[in-house]
Amino acid sequence: MYIKPAVPFKGTKAQEIELKEFIDLEKSQPGALMPVLQKAQEIYGYLPIEVQGMVAEGLGISLSEVYGVATFYSQFSLNPKGEHRISVCLGTACYVKGADKILEGIEQRLGIKCGECTPDGVFSIDSCRCVGACGLAPVMMIDDDVYGRMTVDQIDDILKKYTVKRKK
Amino acid sequence: MLTIEELNKIREKTKNLVSMRNEGEENKSGYKYQVLVCGGTGCHSSGSQKVLDALHEEVASHQLEKDVKIVRTGCFGLCSLGPIMIVYPEGAFYARVTPESIHEIVEEHLVNGNMVKHLLYESTVCEDGTVKSLQETNFYKKQLRVALKNCGVIDPEDIEEYIATDGYQALAKVLTTMTPDDVIQTLLDSGLRGRGGGGFPTGRKWAFAKASDSDQKYVCCNADEGDPGAFMDRSILEGDPHTVLEAMAIAGYTIGASKGYIYVRAEYPVAVNRLNVAIAQAKEYGLLGDGIFGTDFSFDIELRLGAGAFVCGEETALMTSIEGNRGEPRPRPPFPAVKGLFGKPTILNNVETYANICKIILNGPEWFASMGTETSKGTKVFALGGKITNVGLVEVPMGTKLREIVEEIGGGVPNGKKFKAAQTGGPSGGCIPACHIDVPIDYDNLIKLGSMMGSGGLIVMDEDTCMVDIAKFFLEFTVDESCGKCTPCRIGTRRLYQFIEKITKGEGELEDLDKIKELCAHMQSTSLCALGQTTPNPVISTMRYFKDEYIAHVKDKTCPAGVCKNLMSYEIIPKLCKGCTLCAKNCPVDAISGSVKEPHKIDREKCIKCGLCMKNCKFGAIVKK
Amino acid sequence: MVTLKINGISVTVPENYTILQAAKEINVEIPSLCYLKDVNCIGSCRVCVVELIERGKSRLVASCVYPVAEGMEVYTNTPAVRTSRRTTIELILSTHHKKCLSCVRGNNCELQKLAFDYGVDEDRFAQEEIKYDIDDLSPYIVRDNNKCIMCRRCTAACNNVQTVGAIGEIARGYKVHIGCAFEKSLDESVCVGCGQCIVACPVGALSEKSQIDEVWDAIANPKKKVVVFTAPSIRATLGECFDMPVGTNVEGKMVAAIKRLGVDGVFNMDVTADLTIVEEATELLERMEKGSSLPMFTSCCPGWVKFVEHQYPEFMPNLSTCKSPQQMFGAVLKNYYAQKNGINPKDLFVVSIIPCTAKKFECTRAEENAFDFADVDVSLTTRELSKMIKGAGLKFTDLKDEQFDDPFETATGAGAIFGATGGVMEAALRTAADILDGGSKKIEFKEVRGTEGIKEATYTLGGNKLHIAVASGLGNARKMLDGIKSGERHYDFVEIMACPGGCVNGGGQPVQGDSVRNYVDLKSLRAKALYDADKKLKYRKSHLNPVVRMLYDEYFDAPGKHRAHRLLHTTYVKREKY
Repeated sequence: MYIKPAVPFKGTKAQEIELKEFIDLEKSQPGALMPVLQKAQEIYGYLPIEVQGMVAEGLGISLSEVYGVATFYSQFSLNPKGEHRISVCLGTACYVKGADKILEGIEQRLGIKCGECTPDGVFSIDSCRCVGACGLAPVMMIDDDVYGRMTVDQIDDILKKYTVKRKK
Repeated sequence: MLTIEELNKIREKTKNLVSMRNEGEENKSGYKYQVLVCGGTGCHSSGSQKVLDALHEEVASHQLEKDVKIVRTGCFGLCSLGPIMIVYPEGAFYARVTPESIHEIVEEHLVNGNMVKHLLYESTVCEDGTVKSLQETNFYKKQLRVALKNCGVIDPEDIEEYIATDGYQALAKVLTTMTPDDVIQTLLDSGLRGRGGGGFPTGRKWAFAKASDSDQKYVCCNADEGDPGAFMDRSILEGDPHTVLEAMAIAGYTIGASKGYIYVRAEYPVAVNRLNVAIAQAKEYGLLGDGIFGTDFSFDIELRLGAGAFVCGEETALMTSIEGNRGEPRPRPPFPAVKGLFGKPTILNNVETYANICKIILNGPEWFASMGTETSKGTKVFALGGKITNVGLVEVPMGTKLREIVEEIGGGVPNGKKFKAAQTGGPSGGCIPACHIDVPIDYDNLIKLGSMMGSGGLIVMDEDTCMVDIAKFFLEFTVDESCGKCTPCRIGTRRLYQFIEKITKGEGELEDLDKIKELCAHMQSTSLCALGQTTPNPVISTMRYFKDEYIAHVKDKTCPAGVCKNLMSYEIIPKLCKGCTLCAKNCPVDAISGSVKEPHKIDREKCIKCGLCMKNCKFGAIVKK
Repeated sequence: MVTLKINGISVTVPENYTILQAAKEINVEIPSLCYLKDVNCIGSCRVCVVELIERGKSRLVASCVYPVAEGMEVYTNTPAVRTSRRTTIELILSTHHKKCLSCVRGNNCELQKLAFDYGVDEDRFAQEEIKYDIDDLSPYIVRDNNKCIMCRRCTAACNNVQTVGAIGEIARGYKVHIGCAFEKSLDESVCVGCGQCIVACPVGALSEKSQIDEVWDAIANPKKKVVVFTAPSIRATLGECFDMPVGTNVEGKMVAAIKRLGVDGVFNMDVTADLTIVEEATELLERMEKGSSLPMFTSCCPGWVKFVEHQYPEFMPNLSTCKSPQQMFGAVLKNYYAQKNGINPKDLFVVSIIPCTAKKFECTRAEENAFDFADVDVSLTTRELSKMIKGAGLKFTDLKDEQFDDPFETATGAGAIFGATGGVMEAALRTAADILDGGSKKIEFKEVRGTEGIKEATYTLGGNKLHIAVASGLGNARKMLDGIKSGERHYDFVEIMACPGGCVNGGGQPVQGDSVRNYVDLKSLRAKALYDADKKLKYRKSHLNPVVRMLYDEYFDAPGKHRAHRLLHTTYVKREKY
């Protein structure tokens, strides 16, 4: 059964117009669904039912097809992300250098699991496969900031930067 | 529309600009210095943009703009030393450059003409204080750069710099002097094999697609480099995007296609951006579009972004994904050369394969075939990573020994640890143990050893690496990345993972090893696509070379490398413990108790084996058992 | 044609054959869980692997998708093949909820058959499993992902054949599963209830929502008078549930069996099929006179009607307002019949036996009912009826033929052929030709027969040209609607059935597995039984049915008028598209 998400959809008219314009532009291209979903996620940050409905309507395909594609690729998210997105690289180079311990440490400190968002909406954790900064392994990213050669004891200080920023 | 004459004019004009960057060539650029800053993802992540900004500012404040040209290039290869900066004409190689050190470099080097030796990459500074060129360092000495020729040399966002290095000459040559069959013959003669995994002869692939009759055909480029730990393709796209575009156009001419798609990982924003710039410039110059060089050949390229699915590296899955569907592989036959993208004949090659094409066309197949081994011609780019001193990108002739790559180019295993194995081919590959370190690396030798070339990830492992854990790591990856279409891969991978996990938890039984073998064989023979067929490789290969480690886990319930948490514990040696309480303070789960100046104790029930206590103990009183 | 060797036997087959098709030519049946002819061909289950010898090397390939080639050498029963198939089945069983004893497909399960044939150990790879919620919220279909083996026949039926798009594959890898978008229930989705997913499913992951117990309860309730009527196609398919050959007409045994279940009357729904024709023909002539809302679409198929309501609401005015024969029968029984026999309509329990799961939904539509309770209380599928017969211990094949009860016994051949695609159209044409051309002798309109998805014809009736079309399968219906919308297609009257081939291939019909469906055309074999019945009947035109005439004389007065309009016509509602 469909369960309404805890976070209500907050899309604006302007976002809707932006998406629809993009769809109209791409519609005639074969294989437009992926670029459209990527754009939709760029606009809304995630792909809730309201957004996927617009995509289905705009491209004239079924919602189940849109959903099937959206859940196939790990880039697409059905849930909103935290204000700050933590992403721990679990590529081979990072793994060999102990990235799993970094992830575990962050999970413990925030009390959530990978893929989840803290209840206050500040942080969400994801893992990713190789950001290509293997020279800096193990690597973690918060938003666009890259933290290389990570150790578990650095986690607190780094997270603090973002919570302090927020208080200001 | 650009004519060949105009192309040559641009080349002559810009050639002087880049002349300074080639060793031994006369400087005709009109600049006193050219400063190349790496803008690849590795250096970008370690802050090269800030370095660039500081450099621009500093150069401006010294009014050196006329004398100093600043170029943002692609990857130099030595990613662990980033951000990297090279100053020509000396070829001075500055490593780990910070915005703070820029002032000194500009002042001393660019103004006063003295290299700042303490900021140079230490391997380039000899004991007697002289500075040697980068090419003479161990890291570069044994390398041979073909696919990476322009990476770290030209500005990837300036098409004229590419043209200066004979860019688009191969396309001009093909369009005006060669028939499609000539191109195919050239590729066949060169012996070029696909660099993306299977190693299928590129010339034959193109010939099949050419032979298919259709109103529309497609040329695709696989830039969905999914192997965790591999970044060869990314570096080429970031450092030399035009070489890929040019090669795709040549492919289009050869098979009779007018449209190309590059399927690139969305996780590669820098590469995507450079490609967009490159495509726009190529169109502007008429090097893509209608009637290229005044011939009736037209070719266009479109970017498609992957969305995080490893399986889309499989050719049919990649096409399904471009078509806008779940990226699931399709059964073959029909092969893509007959029925591929949108049901039309299609060829798909990966980035590195394309990066070799133009050079083969310009230098001739004999030149290319002169490099490498009997069955594997040319060079191969590897992304060197893991427990190795020089993490980075290397390109060596096929047939180079693993030992040369690890010990000489890679600088060996750090911290005095012993080399245990190298993993190639990513989740589809296997490992090469220390006893085979002298094997010349080519397609066939790797297959013989139970691994594969894959796209070129090369991860070095030392004695602290548990091979069962590594097998588990790769399976965890493939469980996640299996598309779930066919039974053996969907369920088999998961079951394999569960068996291995059981073993790492110390719950394995000997008969599990038989079931693992059986499942591996089943997945190899019965899976729908190459992903499923090769998923067991890391397991098969670690079982083949490190069976004793599996047995130790299963029979003795120990992890020889001390990695598998369930099979080890931390203990405080009371004699050595001074009761400083540092371990207890650092323990994230309060598993350590004890009074001040009294030996402490670890509660094994509570301990999560994070190892923080051991790391923080100043007296070496904590051991892993 | 190409010649290849299978198991050392030379066989020559057309070039477009697969190995699986070629093997059948030498009487080797290769099992398949994902492949289903005309529905799904993706080579994913890997049960159909065979050994292919190429240049001295052998490898396993999926025979359902692998094309034949000249000189090919194939083996279908080697140790490698058997080992591979067995392991594949064991892996599937390791994720399968093995409640085989009570499973709706207990003795008709393709997976169970394979497990038995290959002597597998069902627990060899068993591990802790993902638990899925069972979706039983819709009135027609129950989906149990715990039994699903991810063959994807259902999603192929729903998306490729029917283009409904209610279900699809979700997520990937080990977590991949079938479901509606955002894990909605079918009830909340665009599902039309056609049940094509059920008849494609090789296991018990999909089934109709069983209402057998409700019927047994009503039969046991002394206050209730239980009457049953059977749809035209049931007589052509029920025998399959008792291992009789496909296409056997078992009307007499069916009636005898239902009577022995303890019901108070067994009627022939062909009667209200005839009634529908009379009403519909009248409506068509009226519309053509006015020239409005043309083409007119038939409305007897509830899956098709719901499809229009979800996906093409702009065509709702084009749907005939006639109720379906099931609902007309309900209205006749709860009104005319109850009144005539002095029964309180509340105590009359009406059961239809229908080859359809969407009819279960139709029963629940409020706009269909004359009172504030349902006209038809329960609609059972052919499969449910067979289960009741088996549960009652009846030896079906040995029963002596019996006849339907009065007064709804006599029907026409026109009513009988309703069960096949084109049947409604042909029945309507017979009546229209008779009326417009003053007793036309033309009875058979062969242009509208056959199993093609779309059929078109033009007839001159009463001096006017009548452009008609027939489509079966919602994928074809979509083509038809898009064609009409874009102006490419022009018709006056169109018959559409949701299921490919019409009701004979309905979602409530007996499930035939790969070993039958991959090799014979169920649709035409079953339809033939109906056309044969038509030929033998005394009346072959709906309006000549004496029972229909009696109904108008005694109760409805005239087609489309007053009482007939109120009780035999309905309205439609727009539904969500996503």
